[in-house]
Parts: sequence; C-alpha cells; structure tokens
Amino acid sequence: MKNIGILGIQGAIEEHEAMLQAIGCNTFWIKEPKDLRHIDGIILPGGESTSMGKQLEWSGMMEPLRKAIAKGMPAFGTCAGMILLAKEIEGNSLQSRLGLMNIVVKRNAYGSQLDSFVTDLDVAGLSQRLPAVFIRAPRIEACGDGVETLASYRNHPVLVRQGNMLAASFHPELTECTDLHRYFVSRMVAG
Amino acid sequence: MKTTTKQNPDWKVKVGLAEMLKNGVIMDVTNVEQAKIAEDAGAIAVMALERVPSDIRAQGGVARMSDPKMIMEIKKAVSIPVMAKCRIGHIAEARILQALDIDFIDESEVLTPADEEFHINKHEFKIPFVCGCRNLGEALRRIGEGAAMIRTKGEAGTGNIVEAVRHMRAVMGGIHRLQACSKEELMTEAKNLGAPYDLVCYVAENGKLPVPNFSAGGVATPADAALMRLLGAESVFVGSGIFKSSNPKKVAKAIVEATTNYMDAKKLAKLSENLGEAMHGIDVRQLDDKQLFANRGW
Repeated sequence: MKNIGILGIQGAIEEHEAMLQAIGCNTFWIKEPKDLRHIDGIILPGGESTSMGKQLEWSGMMEPLRKAIAKGMPAFGTCAGMILLAKEIEGNSLQSRLGLMNIVVKRNAYGSQLDSFVTDLDVAGLSQRLPAVFIRAPRIEACGDGVETLASYRNHPVLVRQGNMLAASFHPELTECTDLHRYFVSRMVAG
Repeated sequence: MKTTTKQNPDWKVKVGLAEMLKNGVIMDVTNVEQAKIAEDAGAIAVMALERVPSDIRAQGGVARMSDPKMIMEIKKAVSIPVMAKCRIGHIAEARILQALDIDFIDESEVLTPADEEFHINKHEFKIPFVCGCRNLGEALRRIGEGAAMIRTKGEAGTGNIVEAVRHMRAVMGGIHRLQACSKEELMTEAKNLGAPYDLVCYVAENGKLPVPNFSAGGVATPADAALMRLLGAESVFVGSGIFKSSNPKKVAKAIVEATTNYMDAKKLAKLSENLGEAMHGIDVRQLDDKQLFANRGW
C-alpha cells in the first residue's frame, strides 16, 4: 500500500483523504517537517492559498516541503495547492509559495463565487471524461519549459504536469470520480 | 426541482466553497484596515459588517445589513472570500448582497430579524448561505431551506464560549443519537426534531451534517478556538474576539494557528502566551431572554 500525505493546514483535506482511501492508499495529515519522512507522495489540497502559504512559513514547513518536492517527491496540487506550486502568481508576486512549477497562475481569474461552475474535461491519458468543479478558481496563464498540458478548458490549460508535479485549477475531490487520484498514485508515485 | 443533492451543480459549488473554508478562521471586520490585518493573520475569509456584535449589543437599536459601499471597499482590499450578513427573512437584503457579487451570505441572528416566522428560501439564490443553529433540528431545517454551511449561534458579542459549546454539544449529540437509531425510528426522530426526513436519514447514515459544520458566537482566545475544534467544529468564526482585544494582530494570528494545531497542546500553550488583554466579555447568565441573540430564528 502506498502512503500518501495531504498537507494538513487548511481546506478540503478530508475529501482528498476519502478519495485516496477509496483507491487503497494509507493517508496522513502533514503538518510538521517530520511528517514528511514516511510518505511516498503528497497532495496539496484546495482552500485558501494565502493562509496555507503563511502557515507553511510560520511552522517551518515551507523549506523542507520545497526540498522534498524538488528532490522528486510526487506532488499533486488542486486549486490553492496549484497556486502554492506555481513559480509565478500574477499580481501577487510576494505571496508565500513553494514556487516549483514553471507556470504562471492568476488567482480567482474565473471570477468570484457566483461564477463557480461544474463541467467535465477530456484528459490526456484518461479514457473517460473527468468531472471537474471550479470554485473561485485560479487560471493558468502561461506554461514554461517541461510543463505538459493534460487538459484545457476554454483555451486555458487546467491540468498540467511537470515531472513529479501535477496541478489542477479545479477540484476532482468534490466529485465521485477517483480517476485523477488513481492517475497520480498509479503513474506518478513509485510503490 | 432545486435539491440538496450532489447531482445539482449549483448545490455542489455552494457546498464546495464551504468545504474549502474548513480548518480555518473567518474573521469579522469593520473596515479595510481590519480586513488586511485579518488576511495577513491567515484568515480564510472575512465577514464585512459595520459594527461587531459586541457593539451591536452595547448600542442597541435595529441592526441591519451593512452599507454596500463599505462591503465593496473590503472586497477590493482582500483576495480571500468576503461574507456579509443579512437579517433573518430579509429577502431584499439578501438579493442586494448577492448583487454585490460577494462570496457568502450569513442570514444572521446578530442582526434584528425581519421575519419572525420564515427564514429565506436559500435555494432561490446562486450565492451560498451560512445559518446559525442551536441544535440538530435547527441545523437540518436551515439546510432544508438551502444553507450550504451551518454554524453554532453561540452568543455573539459576549466573548463567552459557553453557548457555542452548548450548541455544538447539542448538534453532535443529536448526530450520535441518530447514528444509533434503527431505520424504523428515523421518521419519528424527524417528527420530533422538526427536520426533513431525507436529511435525518443522511445524518443517521453518514454520522455528519451534509454541509460543513462550523462554530461561532463567543470565541475570544486560541484555546476557545481549539475547544470548538475538539468538540467537532470544522472551522471557527471569530467576531468581536479579535478587534476588541488589546492586540488584534497577535490574537488573530494565534487563533488561526490554534485552529490548525488544535490537537497540539504544547503549541497551544505557546500560542496563548503574552496575548495581552482579551475582550472583556459578558456572563451570559446576567443577560435576560430578550437580550439573547440566539433566541432569534427557530
């Protein structure tokens, strides 16, 4: 069984936990640097990226987590988790983040809560269309070297991969479909 | 038909935003400066209102929806979600707040109720609502009307946690009780709770509310926030507790960290150090029934 951590600061942690358990993973809430030792991969959940970024700094987790992912620990960021992974945040250049993925994101670029929506997406490598929930979602404005687009919506990438890192603008964990979690665990996390 | 089922996309995105606010702190703010302090302290949302509950309590009179201009200034100043309060049953205030394109409406007993018989039919709105409750039946009635998030009422503006504890214990106790019921008993439970049967069945089967269950009304210290998490609250609203303390920046940050690390007593001890004077507070037993906000709504 694979051991998958979920960054346990804030946000929809339980939803990712339920998905991972449904596909047969052990799950752990990651709050401190020492929690990183026993996991094979990590999910950075949706929530508020500003709050998560600040608390990563305050708790001394930012640097150890950045190093672990830079060294190859598989990481999957959804919504706020994607913002944490991004190298550049348009309009918020000072916001605390891991800054590891060659993408430029813009927070809340799909609008406010009244513009939140549900759709489904064609994803490269998945046989079925993937249901996706966009909530005050960040938009990927540009992708740099080594970033592969796995799904797009209205001319913007919404699911991208760069080596050991996977990032989605949307929330797969708010649906009943575990396909993307299965993709992450089976294709990106070594057993 | 508008329903509280997972298949309804409107319902999914409403509850979805509430899920994103879990494990965090929502802070009452009355101006741009306070909103920025809240965001810098790691708040996951702010509640924009003209007076915090303790001032509403002290000043008396009719408390209404805040000035839209003030709400919009706060919305412009922060990148986190913005909430605002409308009076219970005040459909027009709710429509105005929705037109401001904010993120959440609190149909709140802290404001003077506009309707003493009916709450708003929240399914009619695209914007999500949070509502207060004192027990499981009240929580499920509000969810039945379309609330996408539930919070305890507590007793706002007192800095006294006792009512929030009472209400959270009542909600969690009610959930535990339903879990122990046989299927035959559930209709009678629904009748006794005054709650929709399908939601009673959901709670019996899943051991939780179908929407996030937060706490509000009386949180004044990091330990108060941790207590509410220990009792089952998924997030904490803090009203007067921050900006009525002597050191709002420090108290705000400490409450955020205490909410995340509520299981870690050593960390909580550190967070509780040197916070200065907490808000003065009121002994709820000294208030008579007419002064209690929690008795507003049903």
